[in-house]
Amino acid sequence: MVEIEIDGKKIQAENGEMLIKAADDNGITIPRYCYHKKLSIAANCRMCLVEVEKAPKPLPACATPVADGMKVFTRSPSALNAQRSVMEFLLINHPLDCPICDQGGQCELQDLAVGFGGDRSLYDEGKRAVANENVGPLVETRMTRCIHCSRCIRFGDEIAGLREFGMVHRGEHAKVATYVKHSLRSEVAGNIIDLCPVGALTSKPFLYRGRAWELDAHEAIAPHDCLGSNIYVHTRRNQVMRVVPRENESINETWLADRDRFSYLGANNDERVGKPMIKREGQWHEATWIEALEFAANGLEGVRKQHGAEALGALASASCTVEEYFLLQQLMRSLGSHNIDHRLRETDFSDQKHLPLFPSLGMQIEDLENLNSFLLIGSNIQREQPLAGVRLRKAVVKNQAKAMSVNFLDHTVNFPLSEKLVVAGDALLFELAGIVKALIADQKELQDQTEQLLKSMQPTAEQQAIADKLKQGEKSAIILGAFVQQHPEAATIRALAQLIAQASGSSCGVMSLGANSAGAYVAGMLPHRLAGGAVAEKPGLDAGAMLTGACRSLLLLNVEPAYDAANSALAEQALAKADFVVSLAPYLSNDVREHGDVLLPIATFAENTGTYINVEGVWQTSRAAIKPFQECRPAWKVLRVLGNIFKLDGFEYVCAQDVLNKAQEVIDAANFVEPQWFCPAPIALPKAKTQRIAEWPIYSVDNVVRRAVALQESLHYEQPYGARMNQATANKLSIAGDSEVMVEQANAASICLPLKIDATVPDNAVAIEAGIEATRGLGGAFENITITKRVG
Amino acid sequence: MNLFEKIKHNVKSFLLWELLVGMSLTGRYFFRKKITIMYPEEKTPVSARFRGLHALRRYPSGEERCIACKLCEAVCPALAITIEAEPRKEDGSRRTTLYEIDLFKCIYCGFCEESCPVDSIVETNLSNYHFEHRGENIMTKQKLLAIGDKYEESIARDRANDAPFR
Repeated sequence: MVEIEIDGKKIQAENGEMLIKAADDNGITIPRYCYHKKLSIAANCRMCLVEVEKAPKPLPACATPVADGMKVFTRSPSALNAQRSVMEFLLINHPLDCPICDQGGQCELQDLAVGFGGDRSLYDEGKRAVANENVGPLVETRMTRCIHCSRCIRFGDEIAGLREFGMVHRGEHAKVATYVKHSLRSEVAGNIIDLCPVGALTSKPFLYRGRAWELDAHEAIAPHDCLGSNIYVHTRRNQVMRVVPRENESINETWLADRDRFSYLGANNDERVGKPMIKREGQWHEATWIEALEFAANGLEGVRKQHGAEALGALASASCTVEEYFLLQQLMRSLGSHNIDHRLRETDFSDQKHLPLFPSLGMQIEDLENLNSFLLIGSNIQREQPLAGVRLRKAVVKNQAKAMSVNFLDHTVNFPLSEKLVVAGDALLFELAGIVKALIADQKELQDQTEQLLKSMQPTAEQQAIADKLKQGEKSAIILGAFVQQHPEAATIRALAQLIAQASGSSCGVMSLGANSAGAYVAGMLPHRLAGGAVAEKPGLDAGAMLTGACRSLLLLNVEPAYDAANSALAEQALAKADFVVSLAPYLSNDVREHGDVLLPIATFAENTGTYINVEGVWQTSRAAIKPFQECRPAWKVLRVLGNIFKLDGFEYVCAQDVLNKAQEVIDAANFVEPQWFCPAPIALPKAKTQRIAEWPIYSVDNVVRRAVALQESLHYEQPYGARMNQATANKLSIAGDSEVMVEQANAASICLPLKIDATVPDNAVAIEAGIEATRGLGGAFENITITKRVG
Repeated sequence: MNLFEKIKHNVKSFLLWELLVGMSLTGRYFFRKKITIMYPEEKTPVSARFRGLHALRRYPSGEERCIACKLCEAVCPALAITIEAEPRKEDGSRRTTLYEIDLFKCIYCGFCEESCPVDSIVETNLSNYHFEHRGENIMTKQKLLAIGDKYEESIARDRANDAPFR
């Protein structure tokens, strides 16, 4: 620690810290454009010039380290004069078009021009103009306004790991541009909107639609991935206008993924249903809430009377709130059914009794950047949890961490991978088993335990390398992605991952599916566990069983089974088979339109009050920012009234807080016994059949983002959907020259898809996205698939 | 009050002196030139700065001036102005989709006109207008533009006259 004096105020500062940081920490304002606490120091805007005692000229505070006894004057005549001159220089080429600039009212240049600039300019020659770039549907550019602070360039370089902007030409001709014309590809590119101190980069969906001063900021939680990024929802006249990040050092720092930033567009979509709807004689009709609720209750009661309570089932998405999960499971269990689940995308439930209280990362999100080595298993982290990817990139770039991956597809990640294994479906188990074998060579105790399991394993050089690097890392972690949890042998994979972690001294965690898997586990949204993890005496059916048509009646909470379930075809058949389907959702999706009976429209995230538990186990409550759309109601209210209509006890809640309090009470009182390790069956040799690998594209993970048009458009540069396979597989199937192929899976219709040759797909595998309209009706995500020539 | 003052007061009271002073003023005006005008046939002159009914102006090319900067909405002390904007379909330029002034809320302070960077919203010298139905007090964008089109000549003249003093 050193002591310095800024403007006569004595302050303590870290050794080697920059002046501007010391000033910021002590609430002393120094103007700046290029400096940002999360980016490297460029010192190219010169706005932060301050006077330092004994220095001949003003020094830039962002690039001047503190020294003991330093005396700094930020408001002395010399400093002010320097700042005023810099301001005048910056305004030489900056157009004074504030009235038509979207940044007007929230512009750092505007603010600092008023605070530190002069009142006139000596410059009266022509200003330069720079052509705008079209960088896609999310970010609007007005490059003439750019002041060359280079924050966007450094963000791409250092944080996103994808250098999308750069400075081209020199001097008067210098400009920030994409080298080759292209749209922004980074899934965190939206952050440059916040970073840009002027109006050069602004939000395209928000373009011209509002001013900073007319927006109300509401604190909320982003409900699209398991990190639970903190956000501000900006509203005006009961409408969400935009979403911006809320700083939280331990979760999202100052960043926000594009999915969280622009998903509000889905909630504002025209497809929103504003009134309850009932299907009578094959036609959907609008109804009042009373009618619809009674219709739903009568339907459920009818099925219960006729087929017993076991015929009722409830499915919820993995992104609902704790309150909703708690009420839904309370409702179903009071009706006598344990058939409740939220794990629609999972297919392997054999280890469900052995799982911990909730799927957790096993470490702090913040600590991801301090890892020395980590192994990603079946994870497309950059797409599944973009901000976790940003953290891991930091570990690799700053910490020289060894990044390793075992995956079904050769996903691009924004950091270099030191080891990479890409194998189709079942072969992944072998790779993991090989790593375990390589690790436990000298651990007698573990050897005994896994003798049966790993008898015939012989680790390969790559597996050995991964094992060694995990062992060497002081802080190492095994991270199971959301992708791998959809695997039909996920239980074995989880068990093997735990073995690897145990043998290498790493932590083991999952990046869970949806935004609130942890909340669903804790609130008892499971067939075999009650709230708080207590064991259910008579376990109900899991999501997989429910969707094979075992339930005569289904209650869907924020779920579109044909798009959200692991097996789209089976899910839709289950809906068709069911006698009565109640859907609580903000939209009338195609599958519910065909097979549903009543739709109770519910509020989306900004309209709802609810709690999310993130993958770290942090409870975060998000309060409603606006009133629900038209006659929509928050799902917890709908469930509460359903409880009342059934005349059930314990449904006297008045507000969401009441539900949360009750849930917390039950959870605290529950007795959860930490279960034992799940020992999987010996691993069978993989079948040499063509397997489908189905990934949910980044903007198809839930019903809201699926309807965020700008997000969908932003993917246009990507491989359009289709049957993707490598050249070898295509040759083997003798379809290499075709443009379209017929795709068929068990129990599913055969559909025609464009054929794409893609080297990132391993042998004997075909990658076909799930969760989109084009592949609705196909079968299981990791099941066998038949590819044939298109006839005619 | 001394004795002299008291006598003076009493004499004035008995002689109705104050009344005579008043009547003399009335008498003077009785013979002067009359200033009453025959409204509405005749009108008094109106200042170029008069703040009457609002209008939205256009450029000579016919393009509306308003660029949806929302400064008038922000400055309006009575919150009488409501604006919604988005990129115009045809050319992507910044335009309002909704521009409304509630004349019941408006206090005719002229701040909107002062704040406008493109001289779009103006207060004309029109002072006589009326509403017959509820809701007519809301001046929509169409109505405001129509007023601007109709009175552009006098609006432009008033601005030109006042320009040297701004």
